Amino acid sequence: MNYINNNTLTISSLNHWYGHGEMRRHVLQSISMEISPGEVVLLTGPSGCGKTTLLTLIGALRKVQDGDLKVFGKQLFGASRKTRQNLRKNIGMIFQGHNLLRCLTAEQNVQMGADLLNGFSYKSRRSQSREWLRAVGLEDHLSKLPHDLSGGQKQRVAIARALAARPKLLLADEPTSALDSSTGREIVDLLKKLALEQSCSVLMVTHDPRILDVADRLLRMEDGQILHSV
Amino acid sequence: MELNNFVKKRKIPLAWLLLTRQPLRILVAIAGIAFAGILMFMQLGFRDGLFDASVTVHKLFDADLVLISPRSKSSISMSGFPRRRLVQAMAQRDVVGTTAVNWNFLLWRNPENLSTRSILALGFEPSNPLLIDSEFERKAKTLKIKGRVLFDDLSRDEFGPISTWFNSGRIVETEVAGKRVRVSGIVSLGPSFGADGNLITSSETYLELSPGNPKGSIEIGLVRLKKGSDIEKVVRSLNLSLPSDVKVMSLKSFIDFEKNYWKSSTSIGFIFTLGAAMGFIVGCVIVYQILYSDVSDHLPEYATLMAMGYNLRSLLGVVAREGFILSIMGYIPAYVSGQVLYALVRSSTKLPVEMSFSRASIIFCLILFMCMGSALAAMKKLADADPAEIF
Repeated sequence: MNYINNNTLTISSLNHWYGHGEMRRHVLQSISMEISPGEVVLLTGPSGCGKTTLLTLIGALRKVQDGDLKVFGKQLFGASRKTRQNLRKNIGMIFQGHNLLRCLTAEQNVQMGADLLNGFSYKSRRSQSREWLRAVGLEDHLSKLPHDLSGGQKQRVAIARALAARPKLLLADEPTSALDSSTGREIVDLLKKLALEQSCSVLMVTHDPRILDVADRLLRMEDGQILHSV
Repeated sequence: MELNNFVKKRKIPLAWLLLTRQPLRILVAIAGIAFAGILMFMQLGFRDGLFDASVTVHKLFDADLVLISPRSKSSISMSGFPRRRLVQAMAQRDVVGTTAVNWNFLLWRNPENLSTRSILALGFEPSNPLLIDSEFERKAKTLKIKGRVLFDDLSRDEFGPISTWFNSGRIVETEVAGKRVRVSGIVSLGPSFGADGNLITSSETYLELSPGNPKGSIEIGLVRLKKGSDIEKVVRSLNLSLPSDVKVMSLKSFIDFEKNYWKSSTSIGFIFTLGAAMGFIVGCVIVYQILYSDVSDHLPEYATLMAMGYNLRSLLGVVAREGFILSIMGYIPAYVSGQVLYALVRSSTKLPVEMSFSRASIIFCLILFMCMGSALAAMKKLADADPAEIF
């Protein structure tokens, strides 16, 4: 597929509600935004303002209720479960907690990402996984289980796993919140460097003021609305 | 091409790793499945063993047809019929020989500790064939002397160390039904559910031991046919020509008749099948518990995989493979323990409990069914894995 002339992400007047009847809450109010290929966008805002909801909608994890949401030119409004599922293979995700599989080694965790690629032999997927771990500086920790790794190392594995599936869009939800400041800085720099090498766009939700400078663009959200672009 | 495809498609053995990285959980699972399997092996083994044991003597009879009284219900309640019927049967062209057999329980005194116990006694004319055993004819000749019996060395030990004494050259004498007898030989028949032991003697000695037996009345008539005779046809024509105080059947029907009694007229079949069913249910509960808690514990991880783009079907496949691995890992110890316990049962009860291929495969299928069914039930929990919840 060729998205060169397309935005990675196009959103216009996206609304989302939680609950029913009296309890119904308008969490996203006519959101409109775009992300171009290779762009790194940071999304900040107080907690409960709808950042995470927006992220799950973009990540095709939730059904779009109202409005236009196109990822790689594919309309997600009214998209079937299967379409969303296939689309997810092209979207990498990095979570607040690292969410690694506890029973798999670092290498195997990364390979779970690489296994999503079609047309590669087991051997080549395996060597790709090792490449990614080398790229995040964990070549000496291939066969360690997650609980033998430090917080920063786990988050590196999570980055390697997300990138191993060669996504065109990377969604990160407060990837530095569980890390100390210098480790957080390292992780974000690494994320940006590797994403750019893959010409992968990044949308990162963060509270962390120390990493705002990695962004090409900064979005601020409050009460379900995007306030202004910087 | 196939192999190439496999190499391309090969993925991390997630199910295997999920199980083996939790040694305690898999040990509990294997113990549970193996326990259920052993329970099923034992219950079904006992059931089949008892049914087989009920016909150990029947199977050895040198006969094509068998005559019994229509009032006979099983080997433990045989009624008599006139011996003349066998002579009448000889009139049939295909019949080449007959043997009249008396069959009843008598009291045997253990010569070592003098306690008495009920033993199945068979009386026959020693010059006629009785059992299919090349050695038997020679041993039968010793019965021509009055007061001699052949003792079944597979009888339970409570009858006394008869064969040990006999084989060491001792003269073994004891009482049967209060009359003195001497053991003149050893045969191997095997105890049944109804009879703890067997002895064979001549008709003459039998009548001496059991004076209440009506004259000319026997319990079983063995009939041998010419080679190549149509057994079913002879059965039909004998049933028509003989009076209704006897029933003619083939040896196979006689064996089935006996087995059928134990299967349908007693609770044995029901009790042991129920026991096996209990094992099956216990196994189901254990495997379900294990797989359900496994899925619950890993729910965030499953949700993460879904968020990464793995579809629900591939995750269901993981749970199904876990079930399959557990069934194999549980079956092997169950099978081995089954073999050991069967040997133990054989040596202590002398019942013919054997590991048959059909039972081994039936139980494997049951365990597989148990594990896959439980996996299927545990998969429902996977529906709770909502990738939107993990952010």
